[in-house]
Amino acid sequence: MKRRTVLGLAAGTAAGLVLPAGAQQGPIKIGELNSYKVFPAFLEPYKKGWELAVEEVNAAGGVLGRKIEIVSRDDGGTPGDAVRVAEELLSREQVAFLIGTFPSNVGLAVADFAKQRKTLFIAAEPLTDKIVWDQGNRYTFRLRASTYMQTAMLIPDAVKLKKKRWAIVYPNYEYGQSATAAFKKLLQAQQPDVAFVIEQAAPLGKIEAGAVAQAIADAKPDAIFSSLFGPDLAKFVREGNQRELFKGVEVFNLLAGEPEYLDPLKDETPNGWYVTGYPWAEIKTPAHAKFLAAYQAKFKDYPRLGSIVGYSTVMAAAAAIRKAGALDQEKLVEAMSGLAHGTPFGDITWRPLDHQSTMGAYVGQLAQKDGKGVMVNWRYVDGKDALPSDDDIRRMRPTN
Amino acid sequence: MTFASFIAQLLNGLAGASSLFMVAAGLSLIFGVTRIVNFAHGSLYMLGLYGAYALLEGLTTRLFVFAGFGRTPLGFWAAVVIAALLVGLVGVLIEVLVLRRIYRAPELFQLLATFAVVLVIKDVALAVWGAEDLVGPRAPGLSGTVSILDRRVPQYDLALIVIAPLVLLALWLALTRTRWGALVRAATQDREMVGALGVNESWLFTGVFFIGAMLAGLGGALQLPREPAHLGLDLSLIADAFVVTVVGGLGSVPGAFLAAILIGVVKAFCVALGTQSIAGFEISFSRLTLVVEFLVMAAVLVVRPYGLLGRPPVLQRAVGEAAPPLSPLPWQAWAPALVLLALVPLAMGEDRYLLVLLTDIFIFALFAVSLHVLMGPSGMVSFGHAAYFGIAAYAAALLLKRAALPMEIALLAAPVAAGGFALLFGWFCVRLSGVYLAMLTLAFAQIAWSVIFQWDEFTGGSNGMIGVWPSAWLASKAAYYWLALALCGIGIAFLWRTLFSPFGYALRAGRDSPLRAEAIGIDLRRQQWFAFALAGALGGLAGALFAFSKGSISPELTSIALSTDGLVMVLLGGVETLTGPVAGAAVFTWLKDELARRTEFWRALLGLVILALVLLFPQGIAGGLRLLWHRLRRQEAA
Repeated sequence: MKRRTVLGLAAGTAAGLVLPAGAQQGPIKIGELNSYKVFPAFLEPYKKGWELAVEEVNAAGGVLGRKIEIVSRDDGGTPGDAVRVAEELLSREQVAFLIGTFPSNVGLAVADFAKQRKTLFIAAEPLTDKIVWDQGNRYTFRLRASTYMQTAMLIPDAVKLKKKRWAIVYPNYEYGQSATAAFKKLLQAQQPDVAFVIEQAAPLGKIEAGAVAQAIADAKPDAIFSSLFGPDLAKFVREGNQRELFKGVEVFNLLAGEPEYLDPLKDETPNGWYVTGYPWAEIKTPAHAKFLAAYQAKFKDYPRLGSIVGYSTVMAAAAAIRKAGALDQEKLVEAMSGLAHGTPFGDITWRPLDHQSTMGAYVGQLAQKDGKGVMVNWRYVDGKDALPSDDDIRRMRPTN
Repeated sequence: MTFASFIAQLLNGLAGASSLFMVAAGLSLIFGVTRIVNFAHGSLYMLGLYGAYALLEGLTTRLFVFAGFGRTPLGFWAAVVIAALLVGLVGVLIEVLVLRRIYRAPELFQLLATFAVVLVIKDVALAVWGAEDLVGPRAPGLSGTVSILDRRVPQYDLALIVIAPLVLLALWLALTRTRWGALVRAATQDREMVGALGVNESWLFTGVFFIGAMLAGLGGALQLPREPAHLGLDLSLIADAFVVTVVGGLGSVPGAFLAAILIGVVKAFCVALGTQSIAGFEISFSRLTLVVEFLVMAAVLVVRPYGLLGRPPVLQRAVGEAAPPLSPLPWQAWAPALVLLALVPLAMGEDRYLLVLLTDIFIFALFAVSLHVLMGPSGMVSFGHAAYFGIAAYAAALLLKRAALPMEIALLAAPVAAGGFALLFGWFCVRLSGVYLAMLTLAFAQIAWSVIFQWDEFTGGSNGMIGVWPSAWLASKAAYYWLALALCGIGIAFLWRTLFSPFGYALRAGRDSPLRAEAIGIDLRRQQWFAFALAGALGGLAGALFAFSKGSISPELTSIALSTDGLVMVLLGGVETLTGPVAGAAVFTWLKDELARRTEFWRALLGLVILALVLLFPQGIAGGLRLLWHRLRRQEAA
């Protein structure tokens, strides 16, 4: 059995060495790479999202008279493997261009690779501000609202509360550091007398939640800004709830309203936290209702935020091909610039200035309903309203 | 810090230490008796947590639906105990099905098998429990808090603080008051003698594996109210468990207890101290939590080479057969291979991907060979060889981007930087031996990793650096392929040649008999130190080549994961042969690439393929093929 597998694989590879002949007549291939095994909680729904989008695009007749096909690869979550996989997609699979990626370092590596190979790359999920600003390039576009944007969306509520003493806790890597820096800068700009009384950097996935909760309680803050997510968030919530850390303290937490991170909390869900997220059950816009119905019919499951990201990325890719009218890289890049199309979150535009899409996020507060976490008092914040001024961006973004 | 918060944080540290102690004690027992570095111990911990969750909250699979015990105190403690026992049985399965078959393989080979088990268990957990984090309930009956000095301390934390010493007591009684314990202690001290006296080793090993795995499962199950069950637990825990085991002293259960408390408490106080100004410098102790356990370990090992309560091994006997002498590779073997490889770009035409994959394989072959020089002929296992790979990659990138040096100079200067660091780290490492040495190399690698990871302005922090591309004349895949082939070929040839120089013979003499080597006047430590620097520099050359082949780098290049990959390549190929590491690097890189593309559950498949190779070729692929070759020749001769 094992022997046969090995032999079969060997035969498969040998076949793989032969170039696909007549690739022009078949479907348009789009190369997708992501860290499926490293972040499965987000990326399984993401995959379902893009599968649905492919099905819908092809049901509507495809683009340029051809169907589209996603060639998907696992990038192992490291830049080195991702660049190799991207090379494989371009060289061997002859894909038209690249989409995908999750962690910021992988996104940046593939972006730079795309620049080197002069190939369009639509970064789906990486949140790092740098991918479109400090390290942006002509060939890279990014869908998700970035760390800066999501932080900026929480600022109005934070300013309104007029809290003086803030505690900060963040996962100790670029995302958490950027979120913290952006939050401090934006809050101080509007509320100069604010004091940041304690800052806790927790190793990603390994927070000492009890100790952190205790240290924050000892600092006696009026409010907390956190960018924790995943298991770190769950542990922090549990320890904080037990120690009554959150009593009388306002908490802001990036991403905590995303079903991927909110759903596991169940009856521990803290009340009243200000979060960014995705209240999928309550969004009644026609665009979302249509998406929701199709998704639930196909997968017998409800969508997570990852589903939206996967779906919208492929929709953007299809729209770009349609607008470009050809698979030429320069034409595709021109087409992406200023491209406008619909997503379940409403219409978005891909800004020519920095290649950031204007997809926004839902901002609201957490509450418990039947032992489950939900978002209440939510509103949609358009991405374009959460960005710095054009001049600021021009200063950051290299001109190439 | 007030006295009250000091006490509260002390309790936090003690509670955190509780599970860590159990996992480390299990690891320590297993290592003590079987000499197996059980990489899968973190996976057993993870299974304990998932298992307790399933027993308490229920489990729905395609085959059956189990309702769970329900959230009662009885249900909770039953779930914890049963989960621990089940994990113990999983440990028995691993021992009986896999490890028992390879006890006579070269030292550390079993590590490869346990690495494969990690891959399999992770995918099995994903298939059974899904990707979403599973937050368990608070412990029924202990869900509240106690007020101590006006601080709220969870009741369950106090329970954990009580349970750990009870487990220690139970283990201590079992080890000192029972026949089984006497055998375990005897085997820890001198396994061959125990066997020679007629004790059934198989049963002893299986028993120890059961207890060790059960302790890991218990440690995991007890975390149910504190830690969500998720798929990252295995690897996030295993490093800490090794650290605790080594700091405490291998094979010492009380040592593991002390070390777990030391590390748990130090971590809690790093969090509590937060940011402090000391002599005008702002020191963020909370950011230090990233690496503090490794700092503790490095400090302890430098002062106490056998950990806090460990003792130097009484006497060391070779476990398997002594390593056969190395023989140089005749030119008839390597020259045609080299020519064929050099012709590939001309023959391949359009398929540039094969060139990319082969370039990766050359680079990892050099990396594996440089590691092999330490592991094989020098007898110094390194768990942190990626440090030099990564340091050189960063040196190359920094010289190119920050110092604006030409790419060619950056490429050739980077190995010097890696060699320099290897010289520095090696000075400390060669003072130790065995797993202690290996863990100190890991500590240095983690320290290097954390500095690179945190130094945003200089190294780009966790995002890494981009734009590390080769010069124009090397930009084409074929040109870079030839460069990699040439440099890796030269590097490998140089290392192999070195092994047959007097220096190389001195290294092997030191490995086989340190006492005799020193008696004939070989300054063993100095030889080992230079071997360390040499391996670091050549591993660094691989790293620099890697950086320019990918165009971007990030801290993963110094990570435990990459160090482990290096070990896997060497062991898979065969640690007792010259060409083994090359074969291992090629097979592992190719398999990973191939399987990841073919199936969703490629990780489990990769694990199964490695397990199959492990069982088929207990001497590694190259070693196994050589054995086969000799057997055929002997048959012909007869």
